[in-house]
Amino acid sequence: MKVLVTVKRVIDPQVKARVKSDGSGVETANVKMAMNPFCEIAVEQAVRMKEAGVVTEIVAVSIGVPQCQETLRTAMAMGADRGILVETSAEVQPLGIAKVLKAIVQKENPRLVIMGKQGVDDDNNQSGQMLAALLNWPQASFISAIAVNGDNADCVREVDSGLEKLTLKLPAVVTADLRLNEPRYVTLPNIMKAKKKPLEVVKPEALGVDVAPRLKILKVQEPPRRGAGVKVADVKELVAKLKNEAKVI
Amino acid sequence: MAVLVIADHDNAHLRPGVTNTITAAARMGGEITVLVAGHQCGAMAQAAAKLAGVKKVLHCDAPHYQGFLAENLAALIVPLAAGYTHIVAPATGLGKNVMPRVAALLDVQQISEISAVESPDTFVRPIYAGNVLATVQSSDRIKVVTVRATGFDAAGENASPAPIEKLAPAADAGVSKFNGQEVHKSDRPELTAARIIVSGGRGMGSAESFKLLDALADKLGAAVGASRAAVDSGFVPNDYQVGQTGKIVAPELYIAVGISGAIQHLAGMKDSKVIIAINKDAEAPIFAVANYWLVEDLFKAVPELTAEL
Repeated sequence: MKVLVTVKRVIDPQVKARVKSDGSGVETANVKMAMNPFCEIAVEQAVRMKEAGVVTEIVAVSIGVPQCQETLRTAMAMGADRGILVETSAEVQPLGIAKVLKAIVQKENPRLVIMGKQGVDDDNNQSGQMLAALLNWPQASFISAIAVNGDNADCVREVDSGLEKLTLKLPAVVTADLRLNEPRYVTLPNIMKAKKKPLEVVKPEALGVDVAPRLKILKVQEPPRRGAGVKVADVKELVAKLKNEAKVI
Repeated sequence: MAVLVIADHDNAHLRPGVTNTITAAARMGGEITVLVAGHQCGAMAQAAAKLAGVKKVLHCDAPHYQGFLAENLAALIVPLAAGYTHIVAPATGLGKNVMPRVAALLDVQQISEISAVESPDTFVRPIYAGNVLATVQSSDRIKVVTVRATGFDAAGENASPAPIEKLAPAADAGVSKFNGQEVHKSDRPELTAARIIVSGGRGMGSAESFKLLDALADKLGAAVGASRAAVDSGFVPNDYQVGQTGKIVAPELYIAVGISGAIQHLAGMKDSKVIIAINKDAEAPIFAVANYWLVEDLFKAVPELTAEL
């Protein structure tokens, strides 16, 4: 069965995001970028399913600037077979993402779409659920396990009170949570092989999709900083501070 | 303006976050209607009717809502949308799962996890693990919004309960099946509602060591949380996780034990009123957000702290 995975290029999560001095956006110039960690987990899951013989082809999709080709090459180095970049320098919000992906899904006909649960930049946590809605497919978000059984996918989801079990009829969209798997490191031989794998570049207009944003970003700013704290010497001093100074106990 | 609030509940309680969402809804203007859907959830409709600011409760009861499946809930909510300017849910697991599906079906761009309402069409939301706040304005006719509970106070009680109206269920989409939950029962307060949280990280070293934190939490009447590292290592279950993609908390007191303070963990707790950190690493980044910190081996400090209280 064919699987589609999506990969987003984001600021490396180890880097603390900084706001541009004019407050118009987050600074990305000369900042280290990386594949969104949840997307890595999505790709890894597809690759494991291919290694297990459940999946026959993995198509990786990214939406954004030309440099997203690097992100797709990383996905292919992990084991994706082909890459598609929907190239645009415009800001594409989740509804637009879902519409682009719907057009790709209708062309590629995958049986399963695996996405990361959220981009660690925008923290929206919407695109997978939106895609499922537009396709009228079932969804399982925040999955920590998935097993394909014939025409169904049995999923375990991480929910507020613990774990939940769902069975979805395929085709379906699932979004990956942290503990679905631990992604592999890409090896140099695989990076070299990935350079030769097919990577197609298309424009959103060619897919007939309107990606105009609905939300206008009026400003971005850093949140107020916490005041500096105080080091205490021992537990006795800590308790005294909590009782007398902070008055929380 | 008219706001439809989607209640999240487990048949026993409305989830913490619902009451804060009512406060957020009030800032958007207009009458507030709460939708309580589920199976045998009449008591939850009654609980919702008691929240200050709620004008009406819609109660929808059917077996196929038992698992709160997104496909079914979205199919129920979408036909109601025409009567509202805002459809709002707490940014709990349910809100995050269902609302984007609703937004896409309505062809609108959802605004996720707002921490403030500036006007009926303008909201503030954290991005980049809460290191940046974005003020966004929506041009959509219906605003679909999820609410970060820590940004809003809990609503009070209604002088008299709002009327409860029965709502006919929508059809079962029949494309997904709920097969049950594995829930961890506890006598402790719920993590997102607790006044005090004791939280353990990689430094705890084992599941067994969390008993030290349990003892401390018992003394304080606190909830117990954890960092991603502790959950990944299997020390505690996933619902303990506090962080960017786990639970967002802002208790009066957050005690971080053996937690280094990665960006992603801070995202989940840096709005706590008072933060204490105990770590034997003098360079732990968590100290930068702590009101008070102690550089000491937690296996010595925590039992001492428990005894001292």
